[in-house]
Amino acid sequence: MKKLIEIKNLSKEFDGEIVLKEIDLTIKENEFVTLLGPSGCGKTTILRILAGFETPTTGDILFEGLSIVNLPPNKRNLNTVFQKYALFPHLNVFENIAFGLRLKKMKEKDIVQKVKQMLKLVKLENYEHRNVNRLSGGQQQRVAIARALVNEPKVLLLDEPLAALDLKLRQEMQYELKEMQRQTGITFIYVTHDQEEALTMSDTIVVLNNGLIQQIGTPIDIYNEPKNRFVANFIGESNIISGIMIDDYKVKFEDYIFDCVDRGFHFNEPVDVIIRPEDLSIVPNDNAPMVGVVESIIFKGVHYEICVIVNGKEYVVHTTKNATIGDIVGLTVEPQDIHVMEVGVVLNE
Amino acid sequence: MNKSLNRLSYPYLLWTFIMIVIPFFLIFIYSVTSSKEGSPVIFQFTFDHYREFFSPSNINILNKSIWLAFQTTVYCLILGYPAAWIISKINIRKQNAIILFFILPMWINMLLRTYAWQIILGRSGILSTFFNIINIKYEGILYTDSAVLIGMVYNFIPFMVLPIFTTLIKIDDNLIEAAYDLGASTKETFLKIIFPLSLPGVVTGIILVFLPAVSSFAIPRLLGGGQYVLIGNLIEKQFYLLGNWNFGSAIAIILMILIIISMMFMKKTDELKSRGGGTLPW
Repeated sequence: MKKLIEIKNLSKEFDGEIVLKEIDLTIKENEFVTLLGPSGCGKTTILRILAGFETPTTGDILFEGLSIVNLPPNKRNLNTVFQKYALFPHLNVFENIAFGLRLKKMKEKDIVQKVKQMLKLVKLENYEHRNVNRLSGGQQQRVAIARALVNEPKVLLLDEPLAALDLKLRQEMQYELKEMQRQTGITFIYVTHDQEEALTMSDTIVVLNNGLIQQIGTPIDIYNEPKNRFVANFIGESNIISGIMIDDYKVKFEDYIFDCVDRGFHFNEPVDVIIRPEDLSIVPNDNAPMVGVVESIIFKGVHYEICVIVNGKEYVVHTTKNATIGDIVGLTVEPQDIHVMEVGVVLNE
Repeated sequence: MNKSLNRLSYPYLLWTFIMIVIPFFLIFIYSVTSSKEGSPVIFQFTFDHYREFFSPSNINILNKSIWLAFQTTVYCLILGYPAAWIISKINIRKQNAIILFFILPMWINMLLRTYAWQIILGRSGILSTFFNIINIKYEGILYTDSAVLIGMVYNFIPFMVLPIFTTLIKIDDNLIEAAYDLGASTKETFLKIIFPLSLPGVVTGIILVFLPAVSSFAIPRLLGGGQYVLIGNLIEKQFYLLGNWNFGSAIAIILMILIIISMMFMKKTDELKSRGGGTLPW
């Protein structure tokens, strides 16, 4: 796929406070990219710089090879879906969506046709003459998406567009957004703090913290091979254990040498070991590599969340099998489910 | 609403009744009656006062009043909208200071402020002294139409600036960004988003300026001189000089009907403009 946007060495300061630090990012055509991170990590600032509402302190952005940092927002070939929708309250649904087309002095006949087509895409047929103030949150969001998409931008920027919706609607909209992206072939750059949203929709996830990129990768990469403690903690739940790399494919923690799939560390190098809760299994305590006491059990619907104390440390286990509080149980993990990371690659935490 | 809250409104209802409904009723009664010669307690029903009003000279006065109020409103809007726009754009600390400068003069008696204009505009006033120093011939514009208009605009402009300013600062910055984002230039954003959204403030401003301007009598008298008669002066003269309360009341009622008609007209045009939503506060 072709490179569409190249962000080069981008930094941004607000009143001497650094919010973005040397961001390098390449976005390809037709990609669904998610900027993921906690609030204040700089993800919205990147989006606002891309849209042209903020200027970077240093660095450059290339759009199809040409720098756009000095271009005003109305001259950029990308459109934004705002977090609070920002629909024009004095215009009805039709006029809101037609806003960009009217500015292009398009023929009325074409405008009507394009708006109708968009309303169909966002499933709001026959809503043309509705007052936007009387629509529900989900409907307003659809109008906002249609208003941006109707201009056929190369890139659609979405700033936490689902944050104000309830859980059920949010999940529905996740699938619909992904579907719209596939249908229109437009590159989506999506900002969210919701890791589940990011995992569900994205082709590429960019994890940010404190203005720094922590990791760029596919959802599977990010989930299974987190680069550091921050990413491991932020994406899903993790058991993070300090261990020692004895040899290639051998890691020692909890006084037991486990087989693993990682290599290339120094001998006896201290490492962080990450095990996802669903990768730990409860087994009979004889012969198990780790033995502990069941401290608490929470029923989560699909699985139980069981807390097991091993050598004074807490391990979270997700399992479909129940246990009893106070039981002495064994814990085991498959070699490919043990992820070994260097210690101290935590960026700027 | 529950009963105890309902009861709280009684004093206000009583107040409205005594201070608004009864006086209005009395004015109406005065306007359709005349007292018999020598007997002030016996009234006689008549439409004469209304008929009397529609003489060419009175119609002239009415036209002049409406024209002056119209000019005042237009100038207030032309000067006031940019002022409100600039104030809404500056940082909040300076904003409060400037708003205070707009309100501060209103704490001083309106007559005093108008007397000050007499001194500024007069033949030997500050303005003419200034022009004399730089050797420009200046006769003074006191007691001319321009003087009245200056005084009126000066007096009423805060009533235009404040409501417009209030609607402008309430416009969400995201809407303006959205307009830019969709390809609108600064000018298009103003014409298509900012101005339409500030219309309720403009309409309120127009009403707040036009209504008192059309019936004002102090400023025209002080800055326009004794020969400068507007509808407000005409009403005042009936009550204070001629003691003809019946005719004065009739003029007041006619003026009121004209104002109601023009307000209904304004509301109608505003409704036509707002296709999607956003109605006037009343």
